[in-house]
Amino acid sequence: MIVAEAKPLEEIADLLGEVRKILVVGCGGCVTVCLAGGEKEVGIIAAALRMMYKKNGKELETLEVTLTRQCDPEYVEMLEKYITDDVDCILSLACGVGVQFLAERYNKWVVPALNTKFAGGTIEHGVWEERCGLCGECILHKTGGICPIIRCSKSILNGPCGGSQNGRCEVNKDIPCAWQLIYDRLKALNKLELLLEIQPPKDWSKARDGGPRKVVREDVRIE
Amino acid sequence: MSNSPAPFEPKIVAFCCYYCAYAAADLAGSMRLQYPANVRLIEMPCTGKTDVRVLLEAFENGADGVYVAGCLEGDCHFLKGNIRAKKRVQYAKKLLDEIGIGGERLEMFNLSGSMGPRFAEIAQEFTEKIRKLGPNPLKKTGTFPGEMPEERVAHDK
Ligand code: SF4
Ligand code: SF4
Repeated sequence: MIVAEAKPLEEIADLLGEVRKILVVGCGGCVTVCLAGGEKEVGIIAAALRMMYKKNGKELETLEVTLTRQCDPEYVEMLEKYITDDVDCILSLACGVGVQFLAERYNKWVVPALNTKFAGGTIEHGVWEERCGLCGECILHKTGGICPIIRCSKSILNGPCGGSQNGRCEVNKDIPCAWQLIYDRLKALNKLELLLEIQPPKDWSKARDGGPRKVVREDVRIE
Repeated sequence: MSNSPAPFEPKIVAFCCYYCAYAAADLAGSMRLQYPANVRLIEMPCTGKTDVRVLLEAFENGADGVYVAGCLEGDCHFLKGNIRAKKRVQYAKKLLDEIGIGGERLEMFNLSGSMGPRFAEIAQEFTEKIRKLGPNPLKKTGTFPGEMPEERVAHDK
């Protein structure tokens, strides 16, 4: 999932500035799972903002709507009936994708309530970790299912580097050395010979370096 | 009639676990212990049900102080409900600080069902503390609707 985190309340209030009525829009996808922008967080942020404004002698009206997903036009469409003239701003609690989808669809000012962090997963309730760097050409089959792009601080493909100490990364000793993990894993799988193959430089044009990316599936397109 | 303003009587909401604080309140009642009428009790199945949004909305709707009262640590009927409540109360206190209402208006207490006198004491102490802090700062600037407008939450279906 995409993991995000709420911006500080004060920052959100600053970004909103002089508004009287806002739509607070949650997303039922990733950010519901990482407890940053689902229905519950929408309720909390909306209540907190109303109180902040009231404390400063201003009235803030909020309407809370949580869409199934903000990154899908069919759900974004359902917001239309709430986009009235008196709505000054849309506060989106989705990842950056959702924020942009709302901004593209509606002629309203859209403010992000979250900072979008990474593609990751739940380690335990309340703890999320980055796992994939979205490089566009997955090599996990060569590395025992451990991603060197994102879990190695230097993203090196033929590790470890000289900074690997007792299984820890030299960047920070709280970070396990990804290449130590890869070695241990391949050893356990009896596949150490995979490490003998030298990886050529990665084609980063398939990652972000090639500009914004797009996936098209002609077979499922509907004319 | 005197012209001096009536003393400030805070409105306090106490979210009480059914297995301890709520039972302790009952006991305080049958022991004929006095505790301030400012405190309104809300029964919960366990403080593990504590919801940050509900705590905030108590303040939004005019509470001057709020507390959550659960079992003694280690004695939760559902094992860890009170420990989780404690963390959520901490989080809500932080939000209240950011909002400008003040986290000190929200507390968590722990007691057992047999502690009737302690229940009355908590109610007394907390009421005193809030009396000193004065009214919910939102009262200076706004009116209270009393209840939530229903149309505040909409759905995409
Ligand atoms: S808008 Fe973002 S957070 Fe919501 S489902 Fe789509 S990708 Fe996930
Ligand atoms: S190799 Fe690339 S696609 Fe595979 S997990 Fe790592 S960053 Fe993601």
